[in-house]
Amino acid sequence: MTYASIAFGVCPYVAIVVFIVGHVWRWKQDQFGWTSRTSQLMEKRWLMIGSPLFHVGALLAVLGHAMGLLVPAWLTEKLGVSDHVYHLMAVTGGVLAGVLLLSGLAILLLRRFITKARLRVVTRRADIVMYIVLGLTAVLGFTGTLVNVFTAGHDYRSTVAIWFRSVFTLQPDVAAMAASPWYFQAHAVCACAVLAVWPFSRLVHVWSVPLGYLIRPRIVYHTSAE
Amino acid sequence: MRVRAQMAMVMNLDKCIGCSTCSVTCKQTWTNRDGVEYVWFNNVETKPGVGYPTRWEDQARWKGGWKLDSKGRLRLRSGGKIRKLATIFANPDLPSLDDYYEPATYDYDSLVTAPASERMPVARPLSAITGLPMKMETGPNWDDDLGGSALYAAADPNIAAMSERVQLSFEQTFMFHLPRICEHCLNPACVASCPSGAMYKRETDGIVLVDENKCRGWRMCVSACPYKKVYLNHVTAKAEKCTFCFPRIEEGTPTVCAETCVGRLRYIGLVLYNLDAVEEAAGSSGDLVEAARSCLLDPFDETVIAQAKLDGIAEDWIAAAQRSPIWALAMKHQVALPLHPEYRTLPMVWYIPPLSPVLDATAAMGGDNTSADDVFHAVTTMRVPLDYLAQLFTAGDADLVAGVLMKLAAVRSHMRALTTGAPNTTTDRGLEAADLEELYRLLAIAKIADRFVIPAAHREEGAQLASWTSGYPLDGPGSVGMSGPVPVAVPTLARSTRRRP
Repeated sequence: MTYASIAFGVCPYVAIVVFIVGHVWRWKQDQFGWTSRTSQLMEKRWLMIGSPLFHVGALLAVLGHAMGLLVPAWLTEKLGVSDHVYHLMAVTGGVLAGVLLLSGLAILLLRRFITKARLRVVTRRADIVMYIVLGLTAVLGFTGTLVNVFTAGHDYRSTVAIWFRSVFTLQPDVAAMAASPWYFQAHAVCACAVLAVWPFSRLVHVWSVPLGYLIRPRIVYHTSAE
Repeated sequence: MRVRAQMAMVMNLDKCIGCSTCSVTCKQTWTNRDGVEYVWFNNVETKPGVGYPTRWEDQARWKGGWKLDSKGRLRLRSGGKIRKLATIFANPDLPSLDDYYEPATYDYDSLVTAPASERMPVARPLSAITGLPMKMETGPNWDDDLGGSALYAAADPNIAAMSERVQLSFEQTFMFHLPRICEHCLNPACVASCPSGAMYKRETDGIVLVDENKCRGWRMCVSACPYKKVYLNHVTAKAEKCTFCFPRIEEGTPTVCAETCVGRLRYIGLVLYNLDAVEEAAGSSGDLVEAARSCLLDPFDETVIAQAKLDGIAEDWIAAAQRSPIWALAMKHQVALPLHPEYRTLPMVWYIPPLSPVLDATAAMGGDNTSADDVFHAVTTMRVPLDYLAQLFTAGDADLVAGVLMKLAAVRSHMRALTTGAPNTTTDRGLEAADLEELYRLLAIAKIADRFVIPAAHREEGAQLASWTSGYPLDGPGSVGMSGPVPVAVPTLARSTRRRP
């Protein structure tokens, strides 16, 4: 097997299996450990800036990936979006998301590892691993965006996106991904690592977005009839 | 009308000597663990003073509790559900560790390992959080007994709210101790602000708890509680709070703080309340103490008893509610007042305001503080302690506090007259001798059985109570996993193995 078939044919599936099985295991075993692991008690000033930047950036990045990878090129063409307009949208959104996410992440990392001794106390190994893979993924992804800003760039919709969608049909188009530049390839591998780390890290709090709060009654009572 | 039972407490502040035994025994029982080093479910503060966490009463800053919006509707002061979700990435109202204090230990090792030297070795303070050397600059009761009063008492938010200037010179000031636990409110702001729905109020006895398995660490409860009695465990990253010692209460034993109270100033008992009246009372635009009292139901009223039975409250619980010292002190004699009723959470720990600042003032004025007349005179002329107490207990209504203090003074002089044969003037003021004597018995000589009227939980509800509360990981059917809610943090797989200094 070539490196490409391992990286783009095996890795994604290993990551997906670990992601799913890991979540089921964690949900059943560790409700008590299932939390955002907020560190705001230990440091507030920089978190007030870094955390919203990071989270909004991350949400925009997810949205951008969904648009860029899941929407095929023929569909946008059919809708009459010219290449130029699409490129402009993708680059603007990508730069915005990347700047927010990376500046937020930089603040959060500085605060956690450089400035506050207290934060090191509440930092676990899982947090460090998560920061490494997530940070690498973000930097590599933003590299791709920047390259597309400053040069003619690479049309990921004819390589990365094809591979990404093919993963879900269980017939991974390894060749398509292998035809993309190194930073997209590394970004994809790192993203697989994020998926594999996810269920064992604080990232699980993503699934606990408390939307139910909007519709539940004000005071929660536990009755003996329940 | 829907009748519910509420376990409630009264504290008689005149008897509190500020020994902090309650705090220490509570800490030994509940918060002597990693992650909650800085947490005191029970704390005793000196008033006037900044309290713990520092200036917790400053709701302009912390945005705790409820308020009425421009249309008179009841709203969380920290904003509605949308704002809660919008600030979920960073909660602007959350206190930091420094707003509580950085817990410390001492470098005791240096005492035995120091090399021979001219001077005695010194054990320097080390942070109990980081293990690093630190400067001790504050603590959970740093201004105890008005230590540094000019600095701390002046920073008391209640004083800022008073119309009259308070003389803070040491000779002329006044002080008393305020022990505080979770208020187990009828309208708890912490519960209403919990995005995960992990916090709940038990309908059986009104105790407010955190389901540790549902808590996701969104930390909105910490800021929403105006009494700052929900805390963040920094090891588990989940919320924890005073449990009203529910495992003890369920078997009919008083809370640890109440049982170990040296001054015997705490009373525990049931009150019946009307669940349907809670929201209206919390949103009252009138007298807030009266509104709080309006939720409580007369346990001797036939219709209340009939409805209580329909709502599943057992006969022995109704009987306990009739013998309740809380009912007697807060409702029948109306000497117990809620703490900061203006927070609109309908707190269920009530306080008998201290007469001692007024007695001291009476003596300072040259009066006789055993004479009701002199004390009444002092109560009506010495506005400063009165206004201060009113800030704490009646949302600023000094007359209401004065009424309670006069009643307490009347008990003193009535009983004095009975024992010394001195002329008795108190019954002329519309106070019944029988009432004063009952108050005397309850306040001065009450035995354990009178102070704590706690009916045990019913066994038939035991399984239900247990399923909410004792999902200890090792209790689950053959697993180390989580099979049920855990209101109290316990070590799990996710527990850090950090060593304390």
